[in-house]
Amino acid sequence: MALYSEKVMDHFLHPRNVGIIEDADAVGEVGNAKCGDIMKMYLKIENDIITDVKFETFGCGSAIASSSMATELIKGKPVSEALELTNKAVAEALDGLPDYKMHCSVLAEEAIKSALENYNKGKEEA
Amino acid sequence: MIYADNAATTKMSDAAAETMAALIRDCWGNPSSLYLHGQKAKEALEKAREDVAAVIGASPREIYFTSGGSESDNQAIVSAARLGKEKGKTHIISTAFEHHAVLHTLEKLKDEGFDITLLPVHENGIVRPDEVEAAITDSTCLVTVMFANNEIGTVQPIREIGAVCRKHGVLFHTDAVQAIAHIPVNVADDNIDMLSASAHKFHGPKGSGFLYVKKGIRLTNLIEGGAQERGKRAGTENVPGIAAMARALKDESAKIDENTARLVTLRNKLIDGLSQIEHSALNGDPEHRLPGNVNFCFEGIEGEALLLLLDSKGIAASSGSACTSGSLDPSHVLLAIGRPHDVAHGSLRLSIGPDLTDDEADYIIKSVSEVVDYLRSFSPVWRDLQSGKLSHLL
Repeated sequence: MALYSEKVMDHFLHPRNVGIIEDADAVGEVGNAKCGDIMKMYLKIENDIITDVKFETFGCGSAIASSSMATELIKGKPVSEALELTNKAVAEALDGLPDYKMHCSVLAEEAIKSALENYNKGKEEA
Repeated sequence: MIYADNAATTKMSDAAAETMAALIRDCWGNPSSLYLHGQKAKEALEKAREDVAAVIGASPREIYFTSGGSESDNQAIVSAARLGKEKGKTHIISTAFEHHAVLHTLEKLKDEGFDITLLPVHENGIVRPDEVEAAITDSTCLVTVMFANNEIGTVQPIREIGAVCRKHGVLFHTDAVQAIAHIPVNVADDNIDMLSASAHKFHGPKGSGFLYVKKGIRLTNLIEGGAQERGKRAGTENVPGIAAMARALKDESAKIDENTARLVTLRNKLIDGLSQIEHSALNGDPEHRLPGNVNFCFEGIEGEALLLLLDSKGIAASSGSACTSGSLDPSHVLLAIGRPHDVAHGSLRLSIGPDLTDDEADYIIKSVSEVVDYLRSFSPVWRDLQSGKLSHLL
């Protein structure tokens, strides 16, 4: 038995939506380097639809796979739906994570929420 | 697979595996039985004891067979603590980067009222004998310092530390799990009172180890029962495992000079090659280290991801990253030599064997460079380091 599911390894070895969006409408960053995990999400939003998303992650294999999967789950979705994304949904879409790696999926959920909170704050101020 | 994780475990040698198989098949008697079949097993057991003793410069009566390094460490420390307590001495000196078999045993003793001093190991990962001497008090009953560190491979000035302990009449134990059969170890020359070893680190089987205890030091049992091992370690002896350990120890110790020459060349090639990666650093002293140990930190990446990608390229290695252990903190060894948390997460340990080819060493260097570059290409930490938002630590 390998440490991770085939899905996790696929998203780790071939991460989707890697990189940055220079003119992103929303950016969220969570985690800290001291703990060994940082996730940064860049979102492009048009008419409350997430039209593009990219990520950068400093972290272990499951952190990278969780970021990749989370971007796929919210791409093309309305902001309201993305706000409802749970870490459980990310982990399930990856065919599960080892117990001690569940925090990686939590980080992915939080990174997206953080980006969208920044986006909403920006809208209020505008 | 290119196996570069010999500090985790080694492949059993053919000779050790054959010794073990032959005994399992033909010599399965209980060494405590008086009939011939049992006595043959007893003979194999005592022959192994003589061989092990001869290799490290001890007498056979000073060798106790155990299940491995952890048990040996536990028994040595608990025994010395008991002897100390009987004389009212409850201070133990050790170091910040010992194996957890030592550190956790010391923590338990601390809860029981012992005073524990953990000496610094400095940036180069070497304990200073003068600091050992300065730490010794009238109450000190034990000094325990590992022979060579399991992560960064630094070899400690054991003979000098042993001499300091002799001068002050303090017992000296060393966890020699990573050193035995890799570098010369002699308990008499090196002033060692107690020494722990584990067979699977030198091409012997898992589940076998030994504890050397200088004559006159009374052991405390961890396992009560029969009178095996001179009444100090109960349980029917693992004769095949013990005989295979002795065989591996004899064979590997005879090859130390030859292996060292080959390994040092390979090791230095790897160190030179990996040093070319920007913002990387070798962990531990470049000279006073095990011939097969290479340990690096790379800024801006995390070690588990590095290991998984190396695995996908057919390279088996290890890291001190928190994510490889299931804990939140990175390696206590890397923290002890002063690496910050952020950097300690991005470590790589290569522990090579003499059968590694030059081409394989080149392939390792190329693969590590590629993987580090790749992981940095989407690391937000690396981006911040590059843009100057964060300052480089390496």
